[in-house]
Amino acid sequence: MLKADKVVPTTCPYCGVGCNLELHVRDDFIFKVTSPFNSVVNHGNLCVKGRFGYDFIYNKDRITVPLIRKQPQKPGQRTQAFDRSEWREVSWEEALEYTADRLVEIYQRDGSKAMAVYCCAKATNEDNYLLQKFFRAVFRTNNVDHCTRLCHAASVVALQMAIGSAAMSNTAAEVKDCDVFILTGSNPTENHPIIALQMKAAVEKHGAKLIVVDPRRIEMVNYASLYLPIRPGSDVPVFSAMAHVILKENLYNLRFIEERTENFEAFASSMEKFTPEFAEQISGVDRQLIIQAARMYATARNGAIFWALGIPESTHGTANALSLINLALLTGHVGRKGTGLNPLRGQNNVQGASDSGAMPWHYPGYQAVDIEENARRWEEAWHIEPGGLNRQRGLTTTEILAAVHPGGVRALYIMGENPMMSEPNLNHTRKKMQELEFLVAQDLFINESGAFADVFLPAASWAEKDGTFTNTDRRVQRVRQVIYPRGQSRPDWQIICDLAKRVESRLNRPNSAYWDYNHPSEVLEEMGRCVPDYAGIRYERIEEMGLQTPVPTLDHPGTPYLYSERFPRGRAKFHALEYVPNAEMPDEDYPLVLSTGRVLEHWHGGTLTRHSWMDDLFPEALMDIHPADAARLGIKDGSPVRVTSRRGAIVLRAKVTTKTNIGVVFIPFHFREAAANLLTTDAVDPQAKIPEYKAAVVRVTPASEEELAADIDSQPRGRY
Amino acid sequence: MGEPISITIDQQTVQAAAGSTILEAARQAGIHIPTICYHDYCTANGLCRICVVDVEGSRTLQPACVVQVQDGMVIHTRTERVIRSRRTILEMLASSVNLSEAPEIQDLFNQYHSDASRFPDAEPRHPAVIDDNPMYIRDYAKCILCWRCVQVCAEDAQFTFAINFSGRGYETQISTFYEIPMPESTCVFCGQCVGVCPTGALKPKRQWLLEMGYTPDEIMSLTRSQRQRRKRREEISQNPA
Repeated sequence: MLKADKVVPTTCPYCGVGCNLELHVRDDFIFKVTSPFNSVVNHGNLCVKGRFGYDFIYNKDRITVPLIRKQPQKPGQRTQAFDRSEWREVSWEEALEYTADRLVEIYQRDGSKAMAVYCCAKATNEDNYLLQKFFRAVFRTNNVDHCTRLCHAASVVALQMAIGSAAMSNTAAEVKDCDVFILTGSNPTENHPIIALQMKAAVEKHGAKLIVVDPRRIEMVNYASLYLPIRPGSDVPVFSAMAHVILKENLYNLRFIEERTENFEAFASSMEKFTPEFAEQISGVDRQLIIQAARMYATARNGAIFWALGIPESTHGTANALSLINLALLTGHVGRKGTGLNPLRGQNNVQGASDSGAMPWHYPGYQAVDIEENARRWEEAWHIEPGGLNRQRGLTTTEILAAVHPGGVRALYIMGENPMMSEPNLNHTRKKMQELEFLVAQDLFINESGAFADVFLPAASWAEKDGTFTNTDRRVQRVRQVIYPRGQSRPDWQIICDLAKRVESRLNRPNSAYWDYNHPSEVLEEMGRCVPDYAGIRYERIEEMGLQTPVPTLDHPGTPYLYSERFPRGRAKFHALEYVPNAEMPDEDYPLVLSTGRVLEHWHGGTLTRHSWMDDLFPEALMDIHPADAARLGIKDGSPVRVTSRRGAIVLRAKVTTKTNIGVVFIPFHFREAAANLLTTDAVDPQAKIPEYKAAVVRVTPASEEELAADIDSQPRGRY
Repeated sequence: MGEPISITIDQQTVQAAAGSTILEAARQAGIHIPTICYHDYCTANGLCRICVVDVEGSRTLQPACVVQVQDGMVIHTRTERVIRSRRTILEMLASSVNLSEAPEIQDLFNQYHSDASRFPDAEPRHPAVIDDNPMYIRDYAKCILCWRCVQVCAEDAQFTFAINFSGRGYETQISTFYEIPMPESTCVFCGQCVGVCPTGALKPKRQWLLEMGYTPDEIMSLTRSQRQRRKRREEISQNPA
């Protein structure tokens, strides 16, 4: 029987649930993962990714030496180099000197508008804080963003408009305290598996009633009291029709509306047109179901709403989220234990990366860059001359790539992200990546984006460094070094500091913004000095259990649920809404709606999970299609199909299943052999700039086995 | 939990909440009762019977993990009958199951002076190791049928219902339905079952390989997809057509 040399507690690197892990190590090899049963987050339960999916650390294809491209790359002719033979192994000294030279050359020639950076929702708070500090303090640019733009940006914008803050208002585990909860645009059994367990227990053991509103018949429908199978993009009509019913039947909470909200009259009159009949016509959902759902939610003692990316990833994502917020304000289901508004955050640290300022319009702590007082605060913190920081809002993730051209963005620094899989309309993304003058990749593997880079900086994985992640409950938890960094790889925070110092000295800056940290805990303390929500967090306070922000003082116990007394903007604001169709609607040429998303066994662009044994469980892209659509198109289960949109085409196997509804097909976006984002549209929400991943129109036709790019046998699976 | 009631455990008067089990009441009073199938975070089923105690007025020994306390109950946790019963349970377990990776049960052997070879004619069960998926292996020769794995797969945690008992009596074993390979069952590979297994019958595959002497490098080259892809690449390079 194998004895572990040590068992180290840490936090899972995959989804926003932030499960507590214990890594069992023998001779620097992690052979087992367990979880403490008394964990407040996950009670000892894990999913396949948390328990078994860490093995990418040891994958033979991992890059553990700094690399520079042998063939110098020119804008417009940049190529992808997946093969190691196209790269030259170099020392850290050479890699960082080269990177600093090139970045400084471009900055001195073209100024701050030419510089841009993708931070990383997988990296720690400290890594992200330092990377945005590097680009803001040294390159004086706010072109700083990360994948939150492609994920919950519209939820964030809507929550800030209506409430003044943007995070889950409850703790996920509070779902057992709801008696009615709405789940929409979210498939938690695959994407937030531990929250799904808590939801199932809430229904089965605590008597909660679940209302699912989703264009897919997800597993949680098995636990639902009501299922509203909406057409993609009909969220505003359906939720506004619920509001219409609540208003007509006097089921609203007048006291809450009078005491804590504003703009009710304008909102109420805009709901007049959203009759259940109108909503039925747009959404395809039986009007009686909408009426029942409205009554069930409004008459609940504790009602809550949980949503994920089906709501924001739309050209009307902000309105979608506002339609949910309106419902909660109308019924007063917010600000108490077990009630509230809960956008389930996707990445392990998307909440933290946003808190840490990895966003183009905000310094850390959501302090707007175009407010003088905020800029002054950070100038002081970073030893910058008054007026030195850029006061202009920077470019968002999608805008950064769109701005790649002479006179626009010339240098891009990517830490851990993979836009060549995760951006919409990848053919367009490819052209933009080719146009870059200089590209730095800091990652574990040469992924589809890193393959375009000039220089590759090998980063340490989450098990090889210290830091903190902030989960979807706003809980700041410790990440611990368990094993030594593989090869010459280094923690992200060290790479950034080392590089920033080299750049600063080239620019002859009179003062250093400060990069001489001994430990990440000093970085978090620095951030806390200017970010009140993190002011009370210290590593020694979160060794045993994480603290939920806001934590304003050193003796503050953390905040399990928000808005009990007041909203950050004072009164919460109702918003009048209009129905706006998707950017693309089905027609004769493209009769089906494509929705994209994730599967249980994989993670986003696949950089980690496709280098894990989890790839053996789910080795190829599959397109879910309803049996009625499949029969009409002559498609059998497992047969190859070609899926064509206005932007591209891919070939993959079909999975004929009632998990998706008639008229809707679903493709996960993890597989480069059949990249779903070749098909998706880059039309964005005008307020939040988030692309419409959940509704591109496509045509599906039978294809041949020879056209399949998958190079592996299918794995039969029995899970839902 | 209701009003506190008064009971006696091993001559000691103990206050316990109505509705609590004998095991919980004893723990509160600092009295240790051994358990095997019981797990703090699973539903108790009284399957292994190692936790039996003598309750005055009861004809048979009572499993402390499931029997609730009643006002005035008089309980003895270490009578001769209790000890003999526990010792025999351990000896019978050892006669048919490989307990080599169950250190907590081995400790009980010493405490109860059990003789692992008391039943020399018993036939140990040694089903082959089931290695049908990339995440964990199932070595049912080490399974004591505590049922924790079945429960966490069902309503104690996961609501997945991939496994249950199959067979009867001596042939009883945990299995997927119709013994289909795990990937073809409803299993989602959460490994909740691995997390609660007390005897090493369920084990992460990488741990199992490491124990068999493979090096980490060898282990990491054992993936199905990479093997297949490498093979395909070689085929293509040999026959470019």
